[in-house]
Amino acid sequence: MTSVVYRPAPPKPSYLAAGHRVTSWLLTHDHKRIAVLYMISITGFFIIGGIAATLMRLSLLTPDGSLTTADFYNRLFTMHGVVMVWFFLIPSIPTTLGNFLIPLMIGARDLAFPRLNLLSWYLFVIGGIFTISALVAGGVDTGWTFYTPYSSSFSNTHVVLTVVGIFIAGFSSILTGLNFIVTLHSMRAPGMYWRRLPLFCWSHYATSIILVLATPVLAMTLMMVAVERIFRVGIFDPALGGDPLLFQHLFWFYSHPAVYIMILPGMAVVSEVIACFARKRVFGYGFVAGASIAIALVGFLVWGHHMFVAGMSMYGGFIFSFLSFVVAVPSAVKVFNWTATLYKGSISLTTPMLYALGFIGLFVVGGLTGLFLATLALDVHLTDTYFVIAHFHYIMVGGAVMAYMAGLHFWWPKITGRMYPEWAGRIAALIIFAGFNLTFFPQFLLGYLGMPRRYHSYAPEFQVLNVMSTAGASILAVGYVMPLIYLLWSLKWGAIAGDNPWKAMGMEWTVSSPPPKENFATTPIVNEEAYAYDTMTPQGGGGRSIMPVAIKPNRGGA
Amino acid sequence: MTSHAAVEPPPAFQFEDAAQQSNAATLGMWAFLASEVLFFGSLVVSLMICRLRWPQAFAEGAKELKWWLGAINTAVLLGSSYAMALAVEAAEKQIAKRVIRNLLITASLGIIFLAIKGTEYGLEYHDHLIPAINYSAVAPDGAERLPQVQLFMIFYFLLTLLHAFHMLIGLTGIGIIAIRARRPGYVERSKNMIDGLGLYWHFVDIVWVFLFPMLYLLRHP
Repeated sequence: MTSVVYRPAPPKPSYLAAGHRVTSWLLTHDHKRIAVLYMISITGFFIIGGIAATLMRLSLLTPDGSLTTADFYNRLFTMHGVVMVWFFLIPSIPTTLGNFLIPLMIGARDLAFPRLNLLSWYLFVIGGIFTISALVAGGVDTGWTFYTPYSSSFSNTHVVLTVVGIFIAGFSSILTGLNFIVTLHSMRAPGMYWRRLPLFCWSHYATSIILVLATPVLAMTLMMVAVERIFRVGIFDPALGGDPLLFQHLFWFYSHPAVYIMILPGMAVVSEVIACFARKRVFGYGFVAGASIAIALVGFLVWGHHMFVAGMSMYGGFIFSFLSFVVAVPSAVKVFNWTATLYKGSISLTTPMLYALGFIGLFVVGGLTGLFLATLALDVHLTDTYFVIAHFHYIMVGGAVMAYMAGLHFWWPKITGRMYPEWAGRIAALIIFAGFNLTFFPQFLLGYLGMPRRYHSYAPEFQVLNVMSTAGASILAVGYVMPLIYLLWSLKWGAIAGDNPWKAMGMEWTVSSPPPKENFATTPIVNEEAYAYDTMTPQGGGGRSIMPVAIKPNRGGA
Repeated sequence: MTSHAAVEPPPAFQFEDAAQQSNAATLGMWAFLASEVLFFGSLVVSLMICRLRWPQAFAEGAKELKWWLGAINTAVLLGSSYAMALAVEAAEKQIAKRVIRNLLITASLGIIFLAIKGTEYGLEYHDHLIPAINYSAVAPDGAERLPQVQLFMIFYFLLTLLHAFHMLIGLTGIGIIAIRARRPGYVERSKNMIDGLGLYWHFVDIVWVFLFPMLYLLRHP
């Protein structure tokens, strides 16, 4: 527990009440408001990406794909991939929950660079506008990976516009990562040593390292694609001495670590939720924290496993295969430690906990199938099949999206001051879990049987499994629409949450819900490690938290 | 710092004190520069990989560049970095006049660098070396160029233009601070900013120190 005592101060207006004009939102420097702005924007992008997925699944109901033309289908899966990866998954948890919670968790009044934080939201939106306008203008058909030479020399769709949008949004990622790194280094409250830092912050620190160091490589790579298209020069064109495989190396040097950008924040959420609803200290805190950093670092060394069949050196393949197995170790450490945390815990199956447990199960399936794909010989059979699609959706949707939902529900009372309806939350969580598995498990079978990805028509014998998958997708859609409705409903009619509805540890729960604009009335002093749930009484009263601790007067009483 | 405590401005809202703010600003600039290293790095790696594949053509391309102009520019840029270091030192001592003078020297040398670079681009235009604009497979002396010389020139232009763009950003920053530094109290308030600008300028300088040998001096396969 990060126990905190602060001087009783007259109640300050919440961050939501600190100004109602539109400009008070659009020009805000408050990390909490910027988090809400991000939350609204990424929900919009999620809906766009979701519509594309729905159309694809509908088209795949029949083997001949009669709903769409092949060309339109290519544009659909590109739109789905581009929007979901860069405009939903990568910003999802860091820019919303991370933005909102990191200063609260470490006892700071804001991120280190609030203006930069607002700038990164604007860059994100501008990038989004570019990309969406490319989609409106007719779309892109290269797939989200923009493989050359197709993207640079042959595709006659709006590659440059899309790439420019991603390029701009990339700077938003870099600035967010930079802000988190600096904040976690320099803004921690007195007593908040690294060993006491919530695991949420550790994971975001690891994520930020990747954001800062990998994103520029993507930006430059996409810029080279754009230059090659516009000026008809040959960086990736073998006819002019360029190297198409070089593109893949550069692209995956970013895009594999990007997978960890998407999943590490998910792990961040799960660590918090599991500890709270098992009422226990996270087992092996140091290992879980270290595993985040290890994943970030080793994650930079495995990109070649996307290229086993691309004509890379066999020896390169050996190394990348080995390293891909290595990166599974810290991931497994996390899973085992969460499980050990659950052991003999007093578990309550609230909505966030259901999502978190779902995360663990689905992440294990996604992670283990990742090892199948990291095996050289097996990958030759499975590469570019639906097995790959199923694998990474288990990580991205089963992992990252489930964790986002867990975090959204867990901190919703803190963000809005209102409770969501618990029964509706649990039902939606179960529907999503069921719908997800029905959608993607058949795709493992399809891939194993040899159905290739990115085709709009398929052999008739695959139809049964495809129909199952589409049926699952429609259940999944219901599961996603439900929270959208009841969370909005709760804004007005939800029960008042109170400061700490889950009786959770963590400094964010010591401030009012929604938190005041300046977060803490006085700078808190931390005198305990994170997750000291064992010191808490069943009623939620903290054993040690009532110990008097020194209070550092806050400058200007802000 | 303590001797000037009286003029120390209050830190921004989110910080406890000036030391914390200064730490954050410095770390922020370093993190940004780390990102920049990867930004340039991906182009440099691409250049080196292509060079390994076409050593003959890339050496020939390097020979087409005016190495002596590059060498002069290296000296100019190192000089500007020295002036920048003096400006940062003067900011530390809070001597506004010296800050302004050294910033102006830095900026002038930066502009000289860009002028020389522009001249070089002009000469390269004259030699038909600019891909997508007037590149020609035949050198001015009538010799046939290897086809991958064009690829070398693409990397040359991408890297040097990106570098020049970073210089322009730096020059803008220097200009703004040099003008504002005339206001009383500005230098005292803006030590972090001048520090950060200094780090940035040195980084841009160091990038050139890598680019110069890689582009101009690797003249043998």
